[in-house]
Amino acid sequence: METKFRESINKALHNPNLTGALGRFSEAYRISRQKAYEGYDFEALRTQIAERKSYAASHLDELADLFTKNAEARGTKVFRTNDPAKVREYILNLARENGVKSIVKSKSMASEEIHLNKHLELAGIEVGETDLGEWIVQLAGQTPSHMVMPAIHMTKEEVATVFNEQVEEGQKPDIPKLVKFARAKLRTKFLNAEMGITGANIAVAETGTLVIVTNEGNARLVTTLPKIHVAIVGLEKLMEKFEDVVPVLTALPKSATAQLLTSYVSMISGPVPNTDGTPKQLHIILMDNRRTEMSQDPKFKQAMQCIRCASCLNVCPVFRLVGGHVFGKVYTGGIGTILTAWFDALKSSDDIQSLCIQCGNCTEVCPGKIDIPGLILELRRRLAVENGQPLAQKAIFSVVNNRSLFHSMLRAASLMQKPLQKDGFIRHLPFFLSEMTEFRSLPAIAEAPFRDTFKKIKQPAGKEKIAFYAGCLIDFAYPEMGESLVKILNKAGIEVVFPEGQTCCGAPARYSGAYEVAAQNANDNINALLANHVTYVVSACPTCTVALKKEFISTFESLGQTASLPRAHELANKVIDFSSLVKKLVDEGRLKFKEGQQLGKITYHDSCHLKRTLHVSQQPRELLTQAGYEVAKMYEADMCCGMGGSYSLKLPEISAPILERKLTNIKNTGAPLVVMDCPGCVMQIRGGLDKQTSTIKVEHTVQRLACELE
Amino acid sequence: MDAVFDTFKLRAEAVSAEVHHFPHKSAALDFILHYLHDAGVSDAPQAYAVWAHCPFLEGVDQKQLSTTLPGLIFDVNREISAVAKVGISQLDWAIANTGTLVQDAACVDQRLVSTLPLIHIALIRSDRLLPDLPSALAKIRPERTNYISFITGASRTADIERVLTIGVHGPEKLIIVFYDVCFEPGSVN
Repeated sequence: METKFRESINKALHNPNLTGALGRFSEAYRISRQKAYEGYDFEALRTQIAERKSYAASHLDELADLFTKNAEARGTKVFRTNDPAKVREYILNLARENGVKSIVKSKSMASEEIHLNKHLELAGIEVGETDLGEWIVQLAGQTPSHMVMPAIHMTKEEVATVFNEQVEEGQKPDIPKLVKFARAKLRTKFLNAEMGITGANIAVAETGTLVIVTNEGNARLVTTLPKIHVAIVGLEKLMEKFEDVVPVLTALPKSATAQLLTSYVSMISGPVPNTDGTPKQLHIILMDNRRTEMSQDPKFKQAMQCIRCASCLNVCPVFRLVGGHVFGKVYTGGIGTILTAWFDALKSSDDIQSLCIQCGNCTEVCPGKIDIPGLILELRRRLAVENGQPLAQKAIFSVVNNRSLFHSMLRAASLMQKPLQKDGFIRHLPFFLSEMTEFRSLPAIAEAPFRDTFKKIKQPAGKEKIAFYAGCLIDFAYPEMGESLVKILNKAGIEVVFPEGQTCCGAPARYSGAYEVAAQNANDNINALLANHVTYVVSACPTCTVALKKEFISTFESLGQTASLPRAHELANKVIDFSSLVKKLVDEGRLKFKEGQQLGKITYHDSCHLKRTLHVSQQPRELLTQAGYEVAKMYEADMCCGMGGSYSLKLPEISAPILERKLTNIKNTGAPLVVMDCPGCVMQIRGGLDKQTSTIKVEHTVQRLACELE
Repeated sequence: MDAVFDTFKLRAEAVSAEVHHFPHKSAALDFILHYLHDAGVSDAPQAYAVWAHCPFLEGVDQKQLSTTLPGLIFDVNREISAVAKVGISQLDWAIANTGTLVQDAACVDQRLVSTLPLIHIALIRSDRLLPDLPSALAKIRPERTNYISFITGASRTADIERVLTIGVHGPEKLIIVFYDVCFEPGSVN
């Protein structure tokens, strides 16, 4: 990771205006977005958008031709190019031919992508952004910190200062007055400009129509007052039919700003008369800049389904801490990382891709149904292929991949840590490792791993056998969780088997882009777990469950190792998460809770992979309620705790404030006990509460239920 | 009026529009003239009212109106619109579930009077109210016009500290005037 990038993160984290504004916005957004979608079937809507956008991505060339034909038939000039330099050249020539001295722009990400303003200004043409936020950022000499709210990082005082220094003295930090001032100043620019530049939100092929949405009304002025209108349209904006406008126009305002519809929508299908009666010159530039290539990539084609609403930014636990500037480029946030890798260069995403904690919040709200975390992982994989693995990481994974070496090293570590641990925690690590224990204590490595203690458990022989996949954390840090699981299943008359050949699930390797290592882990585990005849393979770690159930398959697919797929599917069909299994056993009457218990308040934290990849969230809550607990609702219960596997080690400065929010939300429930289904979350949250010397107890659901089942 | 109108009113008011309904054209005209008078419309820059040509004006004595209310201008152009306080135009369709007005705006006057002045009075026939976006897009087709405008409430921004502020580049006030049309022979419509 580059020092400059780390510095930009720290700068953002220490900017209270930025984190304050983004934090408050993300909280308000969640509620207002939900309200905007009331009465709509979001799943059906986004399925329709994804289908229509995916169709367009598969027929890009054909739709671009059709759009060109239809637009030109109405008198529009259409220029299509893959080369950003040619876009700049076309506009500059057009401006020169028509003696253009001043240009007004309404928001266009495509123009920012090709740094158009700078180019035109160097040629002596005045270019004015007219979207208020964009104008402020332009005057301040900054870049937008958010795709939809470019100046969200600035206070009214800062805006007033920018106006005073760059436009006219005497402006006070009064928002309505600042807006009125901007209206007056920009009005003159609108009236004097000879050319207007816009982007477009949709380009309809069958009618040659551009659809442009704004709230301020600037696009209406930009397309009405100057005699020349140039629209820069990325090819991803193409859609086949006019009817396709409906789902996008239904979702975009709701997802972007929680509005039912933006104040203005303009649909332009050809030149219209100017105010002096002359016909307007309408130029549409269909810009490719690797979009065709992207649409032909089997993995990244789905990124063409983006409608640029920025909702992935608004729900991201990392974005709300660091904002857009750390991304260093035009496009920000999760989708921005992907777009930067394509429209700029893969290596430009090297640092920023590491910001993704893989919580999956964005996948729940994306109206284009894009698997953003999945695509970021794919970037990681390609970067690892291109750059090679960092040496230290390579060394770690070679150990993880050598099962017996990995396990014996963990045992050795258990002995070595002795001087550092107390009450099962490591609270301070020496030297360069100190940052890891600055904001939360780490669990001590267990003296005896689960694979050893398991052998000592006396199980009644059961007719049914279930294999237990422990995963590294339960095996080496929290063997008591495994013991509780065996205890519960035994109560249901099930015998637990622990296949000794099981090893790391490969998630750490996969999330670092080391897919070959992950594939090796997958093969080892498949062999071990399919060796016994069992009804289920159960795991009490959602990350491991996801690996076993989904990621072994996708890792093999990514690497083209198709021969391994049938066995991966066979395993996937047997895998179940702990809470779903126990819920099933309780529902079948094979497990019973102690009767008539009133156990008081408890609260539940949703782990990312359990909630958003496995779609399990009610089962553990229902089980706790059935046991006799009053499950207190936690604010943002399904927001990431900041653990993210090795994320908390790589980016502790981001992990810490995410955890802090989580701890506050836990405390605010007033419950003395918080449970969750993931040992990783237990490690993070328990460690965080320990550092704060809180008395709130943190447990895995398996431990709590083991106490309450008959 | 029915539930569809109520929905429209609710949605439009939620985005800071004013919604009025009159049982016939003359009542709507009366309302507008009173409004213009109260808004201080006069024959001076920043106080003009510009009224774009529209079906509503058919059969209306424009000359007489301009005499009664100096500053009310029917000969719309860019210069006069830029210094007008109020703009008046007729919209073609209304969408209830978003509180939106839709217009064939290929004629530039329609856009000048609804973008430049501070106040926009939007006339709309009551029978042009549709339930939702798909029904509106079935009525107004891009094949037939080069510029379709959708207007939902007043011009707005939240670009400074996320504080909602009305009236950035477009009108800060949108006044929607529905009027019923009676098609019976001999009636005034």
